[in-house]
Amino acid sequence: MPRTRRRLTPYLLLLPGTAWLVLFFAVPMGYMLVMSLQQGSLSEGYHLTWNWGIYPDIAVKYGNLFLRSVSFALATTVLTLAIGYPMAYTIAFYGGRLKNALLLVVIMPFFVSFVIRTLNWRMVLSDNGLVFGTLKDAGLLDQSFRFLATPASVIFGLTYNFLPFMVLPLFVALEKIDRRMIEAAADLYASRAQAFWRITFQLSLPGVVAGSLLTFIPAVGDFINADIIGARSPDVAMIGNVIQRLFLNSNDFPAAAALGFVLVAGTMLLVGVYTRIVGTDRLTS
Amino acid sequence: MGSSLGGSRLLRWLLPAFTGLVVAFLFAPIVVMIIFSFNNPRGHQNITWQGFTLDNYLNVWSRPDITDPMVTSLTIAIVSTVVATIFGTLIALSLTRYEFRGRGLMNLLIFIPMTAPEIILGASLLTLWVALGTGRGLPTILVAHIMFNISYVVVTVRARLIGFNRSLEEAGMDLYANERTTFWRVTFPLIFPGILAAALLAFALSIDDYVITLFSAGHTVTFPLWVYGASRIGIPPEVNALGTVFFLIAFVFIAVQIWAQRRGGREAEGPAVATVASR
Repeated sequence: MPRTRRRLTPYLLLLPGTAWLVLFFAVPMGYMLVMSLQQGSLSEGYHLTWNWGIYPDIAVKYGNLFLRSVSFALATTVLTLAIGYPMAYTIAFYGGRLKNALLLVVIMPFFVSFVIRTLNWRMVLSDNGLVFGTLKDAGLLDQSFRFLATPASVIFGLTYNFLPFMVLPLFVALEKIDRRMIEAAADLYASRAQAFWRITFQLSLPGVVAGSLLTFIPAVGDFINADIIGARSPDVAMIGNVIQRLFLNSNDFPAAAALGFVLVAGTMLLVGVYTRIVGTDRLTS
Repeated sequence: MGSSLGGSRLLRWLLPAFTGLVVAFLFAPIVVMIIFSFNNPRGHQNITWQGFTLDNYLNVWSRPDITDPMVTSLTIAIVSTVVATIFGTLIALSLTRYEFRGRGLMNLLIFIPMTAPEIILGASLLTLWVALGTGRGLPTILVAHIMFNISYVVVTVRARLIGFNRSLEEAGMDLYANERTTFWRVTFPLIFPGILAAALLAFALSIDDYVITLFSAGHTVTFPLWVYGASRIGIPPEVNALGTVFFLIAFVFIAVQIWAQRRGGREAEGPAVATVASR
């Protein structure tokens, strides 16, 4: 008896949490695919008609929005990498005893609500706000200049909000590097630039990949920044904005579910490639 | 050699300067939030400075349109934190101490909810509610919050369990403690800081969630949903006042943690605390 109990223990411990995740995460994911293949309306009900045609339909209708979301997210990833790498490097290599404290300072602003932070950026960057209002009053900018509702403004917001996702994995990777490797490179007459590119940067690549993934994925599905800083302009709407609108305003569930499914499939593909590289056990540790 | 030395001196000056600038950039909206929480705007346009007042801090508590969503958010955060912390800790224990089949699948089931775009977690749950014909409100929000919190708890508690010294438990057993006693007297106290960190993280994620909540809310209004709705034109100064209060609480919490760290010389639960960041 005790032996069977021992064998069952891991499963019993897993049971409640796993059941919850299966019921309210995995099943809805699958159901989203099913819903995308249905036809009908909210009032008359939806029926499964295996309408695969919805996928080419949304590709035609929303293809440019997907492209825009991907390019915004790519720009965000590149910017966060460019800003986050020197920062993570400085903290990891020059932080000394203050390393962890510095890291906490970096993430402290993010203890203020996502929505409140973004709203305050909108205020700062508004047409007659602190930054551009001042520049306009000083005659340095044309009165008609507008930053809000431009692609740059949305990318700005995304970069601000997802920067910690890049800095933290980069820091972890850089922190792990054995300094003696870099010294060894110097001993072998590598210049500082060579030592950086061939040792430090190479060894920090796992952090670069993890950080890029953790930035790109939430950025590509984001709709808050386009909503608040993008001022709901259709010119900067991202795929998330359409999914939200179709689900909550126009109740076009099949199209919304199809868009959602494409977004999930895309991200899972990225995660799948990443898992192939690092293995599943590393995912949660 | 000379030039590379010069380069290193320049870098040593340039890198911290750059980092300082980025920190300033990160804090910019926070500073603005704090300043404008003391603003006394005419009408609802809290865009330019009108004069100093403490009213925004004093009025908040007597406005049910603000306090009701706050109570709703607190209720959701507390309940979802307790449930998710229990479920997640059990999974973390199972993953670190037992060998079993389906481990890779389990890791994926925990990892994917953390990486999938939030809108997908929210939207797919909505399709489930529609299919089941369930009305949306407090219970559906709770289900959603417990769901997205489990993974974060697993990851945080697991990090603590991996660095755990099993010989302490063996010592307990050698001293004739049975398994149950060993768990509650040795294991649990040792992993408790990890569980506490996980619970704080879950609480912070829950109280701040907008995206996932939006799809399961129906007519229930949580604090982030209220803020979003109230800010169509400008930010009500009360929102900045509350944001400032929350920020101060977080600030004190972090200061205490740094202080405890320096005394204990332990590694930070850095990544755990950091995850709060993003939302």
